[in-house]
Amino acid sequence: MGEIEELRKEADSLKDQITAARKAVQDTTLQEAVASITVVGRVQMKTRKTLRGHLAKIYAMHWGADAKLCVSASQDGKLIVWDSITTNKVNAIPLKSSWVMTCAYAPSGNLVACGGLDNMCSIYNLKGKDGNVKVMRELAAHTGYLSCCRFLSDSEIITSSGDCTCVLWDIETGTQKTIFAGHQGDCMSLAVSPDFNFFISGACDFTAKLWDIREGQCRQTFGGHESDINAIGFFPNGNAVITGSDDATCKLYDLRADQELITYQDSGIMCGVTSLAPSFSGRLLLAGYDDFNVNIWDALKAERVGVLAGHDNRVSCIGVSADGMACCTGSWDSFLKIWN
Amino acid sequence: MTIRNTLRDHGQRYRPRMACLKKAEKVMLEMQDPKTGVKSQPQRLVITTIPHAITGEDIIAWLADRLQVDTQEARNFGSMLVALGYIYPLQDHKRLVIKPDASLYRFQTPYFWPTQQWPVEDTDYAIYLAKRNIRKKGILELHEQEQYNRLHKWMNHKWDFIVMQAKEQYRAAKERKKPDRVVFECQERAYWVVHRPPPGTVSAMDYGLDRRIDPNAEETKTPDFYERIMIFTQQSIMRPRVKSSVSIGAMVKYCATYSSHDPFLSKCLPSNPWLTDDVTYWTLNMPNVEIPTTMRVERWTFSFGELLSDPRGRNDFRLFLKKEFSGENLAFWESCEDLKWGTAATMSEKAEQIYKTFLARGAPRWINIDGKTMEITLKSLKHPHRYVLDAAQTHIYMLMKKDSYGRYMKSPVFKDTLKKAICPDEHKFSDAQLEQNAKNRRPSLSPIVLRQLELEQKAKMAANVDITQLCRFTTPVPHLAVYSGISDFPSANASPSLPFLAHTTACPSPISVALDSTSASERRAEANEGEAEGNPAARVPAGGNVSKSRMALSLRRLLKRGCTPSTMFASLSPKCHSAAGTSSRIQPIGPDQPSQAPPRRIANFFQIKVDIPPECRIYPIESEDEDEETRAASRGGVGAKEIICPWESLTPQNETG
Repeated sequence: MGEIEELRKEADSLKDQITAARKAVQDTTLQEAVASITVVGRVQMKTRKTLRGHLAKIYAMHWGADAKLCVSASQDGKLIVWDSITTNKVNAIPLKSSWVMTCAYAPSGNLVACGGLDNMCSIYNLKGKDGNVKVMRELAAHTGYLSCCRFLSDSEIITSSGDCTCVLWDIETGTQKTIFAGHQGDCMSLAVSPDFNFFISGACDFTAKLWDIREGQCRQTFGGHESDINAIGFFPNGNAVITGSDDATCKLYDLRADQELITYQDSGIMCGVTSLAPSFSGRLLLAGYDDFNVNIWDALKAERVGVLAGHDNRVSCIGVSADGMACCTGSWDSFLKIWN
Repeated sequence: MTIRNTLRDHGQRYRPRMACLKKAEKVMLEMQDPKTGVKSQPQRLVITTIPHAITGEDIIAWLADRLQVDTQEARNFGSMLVALGYIYPLQDHKRLVIKPDASLYRFQTPYFWPTQQWPVEDTDYAIYLAKRNIRKKGILELHEQEQYNRLHKWMNHKWDFIVMQAKEQYRAAKERKKPDRVVFECQERAYWVVHRPPPGTVSAMDYGLDRRIDPNAEETKTPDFYERIMIFTQQSIMRPRVKSSVSIGAMVKYCATYSSHDPFLSKCLPSNPWLTDDVTYWTLNMPNVEIPTTMRVERWTFSFGELLSDPRGRNDFRLFLKKEFSGENLAFWESCEDLKWGTAATMSEKAEQIYKTFLARGAPRWINIDGKTMEITLKSLKHPHRYVLDAAQTHIYMLMKKDSYGRYMKSPVFKDTLKKAICPDEHKFSDAQLEQNAKNRRPSLSPIVLRQLELEQKAKMAANVDITQLCRFTTPVPHLAVYSGISDFPSANASPSLPFLAHTTACPSPISVALDSTSASERRAEANEGEAEGNPAARVPAGGNVSKSRMALSLRRLLKRGCTPSTMFASLSPKCHSAAGTSSRIQPIGPDQPSQAPPRRIANFFQIKVDIPPECRIYPIESEDEDEETRAASRGGVGAKEIICPWESLTPQNETG
C-alpha cells in the first residue's frame, strides 16, 4: 500500500513538473494575441444540395480529394459514393455488416474503407472492372468496434477502435504494422496531419494523443476535457489540434508549445459535440452537435458566428471539402446536406 | 432492450456519458427557484386545481434571459429540456417540444429524471403498461399495445410478478388524493413518452451505440500504471517546447494569409460553383492546367510546401530548376515520396534505383548531401523500408526550400507565370441563366478518369518540348532524342500514388522513365482490352503500376549489366523493351515515326539529358544496336566505372574492367 502511495506521489510531482514546463513557455495567450483582430462577421450558409438516399442514420462521411465526390456510411448497411454536384450516386456499396460507424475515402480516389461493430475495417476497390465494387481487404484484428479510419495512401490505413488502440495497417498484406496503445478509453476518432507524419486520436479517457506514425510512439497527450472526446481534427497548418467532446465544448491545443489555447463553449449549448471540421484557412471551425445544429465558431476569437440549422436529428458527421468550397453534414435523419 | 443487447454483445456495453444531463439539471434547479425561477400558475382541470404549471413562452423568455441567447436558441434549449424529460407538456403530451405560446408545462419530479447510470428497464415498462391496462381496459395506444404483447411474450416467465406489481401500484395509487394522483399519472406518462417513444419520433434518449469503457467503473491503480505514467511524463518534460507567442503568432498569421483564399470568408472568382452551378472555377483550377489563376500562383508564394503540393506549381519549379541545372534535387525528392507511399512490393527495387541514380558515387543525377546524412542513408539502405530515405529527403527538401525556392520567386520563370496568370472576371448571372446552369449540370469526372486526362495533357506538353535543347555537357546525339510514351491503363493497374504525385515532368528522370517504360511495355503487352487507349503521356505516377515480377526482371537485367551512366541511358532506350519480351518495336528516332501497329499509339521515347552535374564524367552515348550482346560488348568498351551496390557482393558478372 505504501508503495502505491509513493508511486502516486511521484507521478503527481512529475505531472506538476510538466505543468510548470508548459507554463514556462506560455508567454502569451491566444486571447492576448488576437486582441487586436476583429471577430469575423456573421457567416450565413445555406443548404445548396441535399443528398437523399440513405434509409437509416448516417454515421459518417468523408470527402474525396477532388472536392466533388464524397462517401457516406449509414446503418441501413450501405456505403454510398456521391457526386455532390449533381447529387447522383456514383456507387452504392452493400455492406456485410450494417452496424457501420465510420468510412474513409483514399486520397487517390481508388479505395474506400468502412468499419463498425464488426470490429473490422473493410476496404473496397472502386476501380474494379465493369464498375463492380468489391471488397479488397478485410482488416481484422481489433477486439473492439472500429470508430474511425483514415487512409495514408493506397497501401496504408490507420484505424482507431473501441479496444483503446489505434493501428497502422498494411493494406496489401492485411497485417498490422504498428499498434498505438496508450489510451485508457475507447478511441473515438482520429485525424492525420497534413504532412502525414503524425496523427492524433481522441478517446473516452478525456484525452487526445499525438502519435508519431514512424516511431509508433505517443508524443504528446492533451487533457482538459470533462467527458469523452468524440471528434478531433488538425488545424490546417498542422501545428494545432482541435477536439470536440461530449461536455459540449471544443478545445484548441497548440502542438509546439504543448498547451491548451482556448475552449469554444457557450452557456446556451448543452449537447455534446459529435463532429468538427476547420475551414480552409482555419479561421472558422464548424462543429456538429447533438441538438441537431452545427455551430460555426471564429477559431481565433472563440465566438459563435453562425448556425447551420436544417437537420431533424443529431448531426453525426461533418466535413469541409479539400478546396474549402463546401461543407457537408450528415445526420441521423438520413440526409446529407451540402452547405456553402 | 436487454435481451437483444446480450445477444449482440461484443463487449460493447456501456452507454455514452450523457454529460448534458448534469448541465440540464443545473438549469432545472435554477428554473425552479421560487424567486428567480420561472413563474408558475395553477392549472385548472374539471374540478381539481393543480399547482405549478408554467407556460411555454415564460420558459423561453427565462432561458433567453438567463443564458443570454436569442429567442430561437432559447427555444431550442427549451425543446432539449423537454426532449430529455425534465419538463413535460400537459397538453399534446406526445410531442416533446416547447411551444412559444401559452401551452402549459410542468417540471418533472427528480424521481423521474433521466439518469445515465442505468438504462430504463423493460420490466418497469411492462408493469406500467399492465397498470394502465388494469385501470382502463383498451386504453393503450397501438404502439403501446404492440409493446405490451411483445413484452408479454418475452417476459412470460415473470409475468405473474409483473401483474402483481401492477395491481399493487394501482391499489396504492387509489389511496392517494385526487390531485396527487393526477399529477403522478401525468409524470409517469411523460416519463414513458421520453423513454419509450412512439415509433417515428426522434428521441433524445437515443444515444447511438454503446461504448466499451464503463463510465462508472473505478480505475485500477497498479504500480505498473503509475510507472508507465511516470516514464511518459518524463519523456514529455524533456521534449522541446516553442514559446507560445511564436506558435500562436504563426497560427494567426496563417489564418490571415489564407483568409482571402477561404471560400467561406471571401468570394471566389469567377463564381462559386455551389452558388451558380457554373464550374468555370474548377475548370480553371484543374491540377495540371496550362495557365494557373493568380490566386493559385499567390498560394505558391506562401510556403514551399504549398508550391510542391500543387502539381502545376511543382511543374513550374521543375522548369526553373532545369534552367539552373539542379533538377536532380526535385527528382530525388519525388522519388523518395514515391518510395514512401508506393506499394510495399516495389520498395526495395525502388530504393536500389534511387541509390543508383542519385546517391552512389558517380551517379548520373548525384545529389549533394552532407557526409553524415549520406553515411546514415547508405547504412540503412542495406535494409530498405518505406522511410529509409527520410533523412536524405529532409535534407534535400530543406536545401530546396532555403536556396532554390527563394531564387525561384525572383526568377524569370516565376515572373513569367505570374504575368500570364489569369484573374477571371466575376460572373454576373441573371436568374434565368442560373436556372440554365442548373439544368446543364454535368456529373464530375471520377478522379481516375481525371488522372487519365491529365496524363494525356502532359503527353501533349512533353511532345511540344524542344528536343534540340540538350544538356550543354553532352555531345548532341539526335538519335537518342526520343519520346517517352507511357500509357496509363487506369482500370488494369490501380495507381496507388497520392494525387500530388500525379504530375508530369517535362524532363523525366531516368528512374521514372526506366520504371515507366517497363510498365508501359507490359501494359502494351496486355493491351488487348478495349480500354487500352494508350494515351501517350510523359510520365506515369512513377512505379506504382508495375507488377513486381516484370519490374524485377528488367531491373535485375539493369543490375546485371552494371550501372554506368551510359548503360543507364542505354537501358532506357526502347530496345530494352524488346529485350523485356514485348512485341512492340520502337524506333529510337524522331517523334514523327509511328512505332507500332495503329491500335497502340505509343510512339517513341524522349529523353532530355540535361540534369547532369558538371562534376560527372560524361560518357559518349554509343549508337544503339538491337542485340543485347552487342550492347554488352560496347559497354565493356566504354571503360566506365561500375557502381556497385554496397549490399551486393562482387560477382564475376558485376566486375568489369
